Amino acid sequence: MTCDVVIVGAGPAGLAAAIRLKQRAPELQVIVVEKGAETGAHILSGVVMDPVGLDGLLPAWRDEDDRPLRLEVSEDRLAFLTRDHAFSLPDMLFPARMSNKGCFVGSLGAVTRYLAARAEGLGVEIYTGFPATEILYDDTGRVDGIATGDMGIGKDGQPTAAFTPGMELRARYTVFAEGARGSLSRQVIARYGLDRESGFQKYGTGIKEVWEVVPGKCHPGLIRHSVGWPLDRHTGGGSFVYHGADNLVTVGFVVHLDYANPTLSPFDEFQRFKTHPSMRGLLAGARRVAYGARALTEGGWQAVPRVAFPGGALIGCAAGFMNVARIKGSHNAILSGMQAADAIAAASDTIAPRSYESGWRTSPIGRDLYPVRNVKPLWSRFGLAGLALGGLDIWTHALAGVSVFGTLRHRRPDHASLLPLADITPMAYPKPDGVLTFDRLSSVYLSGANHGENQPCHLRLADPTLPIRENLPRYGEPARLYCPAGVYEVAVAKDGTPSFVINAQNCVHCKTCDIKDPAQNITWTPPEGGGGPNCANM
Amino acid sequence: MKKILVPVKMVLDANARPRVRADETGIDLSGMRMSINPFCEIAVEEALRLKEAGQAEEVVIVSIGPAKAQDTLRQALAMGADRALLIQTDETVEPLAVAKLLHAVVMDEPPDLVILGKQAIDDDCNQTGQMLAALLGWPQATFASAIRAEEGRLLVTREIDAGLQTLSLPLPAIVTTDLRLNEPRHCALPNIMKARKKPLTIRMPADYGVDVRRRLKVLAVRPPSGRKPGIKVATASELVGDLRAAGLV
Repeated sequence: MTCDVVIVGAGPAGLAAAIRLKQRAPELQVIVVEKGAETGAHILSGVVMDPVGLDGLLPAWRDEDDRPLRLEVSEDRLAFLTRDHAFSLPDMLFPARMSNKGCFVGSLGAVTRYLAARAEGLGVEIYTGFPATEILYDDTGRVDGIATGDMGIGKDGQPTAAFTPGMELRARYTVFAEGARGSLSRQVIARYGLDRESGFQKYGTGIKEVWEVVPGKCHPGLIRHSVGWPLDRHTGGGSFVYHGADNLVTVGFVVHLDYANPTLSPFDEFQRFKTHPSMRGLLAGARRVAYGARALTEGGWQAVPRVAFPGGALIGCAAGFMNVARIKGSHNAILSGMQAADAIAAASDTIAPRSYESGWRTSPIGRDLYPVRNVKPLWSRFGLAGLALGGLDIWTHALAGVSVFGTLRHRRPDHASLLPLADITPMAYPKPDGVLTFDRLSSVYLSGANHGENQPCHLRLADPTLPIRENLPRYGEPARLYCPAGVYEVAVAKDGTPSFVINAQNCVHCKTCDIKDPAQNITWTPPEGGGGPNCANM
Repeated sequence: MKKILVPVKMVLDANARPRVRADETGIDLSGMRMSINPFCEIAVEEALRLKEAGQAEEVVIVSIGPAKAQDTLRQALAMGADRALLIQTDETVEPLAVAKLLHAVVMDEPPDLVILGKQAIDDDCNQTGQMLAALLGWPQATFASAIRAEEGRLLVTREIDAGLQTLSLPLPAIVTTDLRLNEPRHCALPNIMKARKKPLTIRMPADYGVDVRRRLKVLAVRPPSGRKPGIKVATASELVGDLRAAGLV
């Protein structure tokens, strides 16, 4: 079937675009397809949200009964951790633009459900449980829409009795809002060479748990970020702890995916972080109620590809509008959706929403990303010292409007950063205690991840023998460790023969494997619709 | 048969991880994924198969629940049902009240067959079908694992401890479904689009003169206590000693 605009992904970016399109041109037929079983099922973020996006999109949101954000940040702490201590870093180290004043502690899933309700109220059609699995092109090479995946294909690739074919959705414009490392976004970037000038994107993996703490320990509105322990000073990343309402505290950890040690495990770093003396008190007697993980883009200003292409646009994290210094992206996701929608609504042709491409760098998104553009490259080059340099760079930018570094390029894609086993000291992680720290499987259980059993493996290996042939001897097959869901294992038979096992049903759709595999041998593809995690309020 | 009525219930999705409210008043459903009760979905599928086999002309879906239960009804319509009715209430409606409401709906419609899920996976009551049969004075076949319509009668196979039992029922009748009756179909996107235009009527319990107030009082809802770690013993006598010490033998 044909519609005016098809949007891939019902996250904050996609829904903001849908809402803005209907606000601008109510006569447009706007269809959103979403792979999660329902809106918000695959949404995971901290989140401390800068309301600038919502304020622009739905200016009256603060007065609404069902507003999704209610709790303003009341206290903002930043700490540097050593194994035994937490040192507070003074506010003055960070320019005002880094402050979380006026931001909200909340759940991005709740924001997403709110946006979905508004979008549907405006006549947007949202179809959940339908992943877009294929890009359709017309004779002129322009993107002409997408096709949703077939359902009821068996493990062997053959149709079962429940076979239900996918559907072609053709549109004047196709907007990709798949989030970081979108499976179709990647294809469209490659097809049009959208990253010719920007080069590769940089990523991190964020892992998050929600804890119900003992009454009295939760201070709604208090947020704390940390850098340092348990990561060594060369490895980028840090923690976030957000105190919400109802004694619920979000505890999470981001590890930058340009780490070098193949035996590092982001999941276990996070588990270890919770044993820090500054965390034990908060989590004593508490109960873990939710778990999830998701990759995020970290490349910033200089890694954003061209965002418009013939027949459509990339928005949100699919374009890479995350601000790594502020650890925020959802405000820019909403703003980018609005800008793409404005460009589409005003466009007289179906070629490319050019005004979106030419406009974002001078818009609030650009003004958000430009001053912090050197933080990530400096962090990657010099570790914690680089982060300090990055802070200094933001200051000089704030005071003098210039950067002594100019605009630093990212040096290497994340999959190329691993050192061989021979050159590193293997990491050793303590065993989980089942109280504060856990193993992967009990965590995946909490994520609600589920995939229909009889379907082809959605994690495709270009060369099925490569993991054992090359990754195992050279790196100890890091997939076992970087995957936060225990999807990948190396099983050893009685005679000592190793084999590579993919437990695809555990997949929480974080996309880390697609990014980090040193041989770029793993491709993440969308499984049958409705599969994956079931995040409620992540 | 002219008409099959299928009552469906919206429940917490089987894959969602329920969280008990701290004040022990129940499960916190905010933001949780809600779905059609799996046994009800099987009931819808069976009704549709009877219709597609030419054994019935119309499949009508009814649900009792909050406004959001319209999503559940739309799903049944997308599977292929003809029309839907929501009796809208934010109350927790107990099986007897549900049966009374369904009784009233049956009087309105009236169908030749009512297929229900044997139980809902949230409260596990397993009562509504039986209560409805009693209120209507209709024959019932519960826990169906196969259904066949034959010369105006219904042959229903049930899995019981001793094997398979087949009942022959005159119509109109009540059937409740077990897990192995069928495997529900996927909803294709074009059918979901079409389902948005199928008729969905909304009524209130008061329209049927049924009092849906709760008659049962929930004292507390608590999560199951975690399993305590076991110990390993080296010998049988050590085991017996430990059991004695614990006062278990």
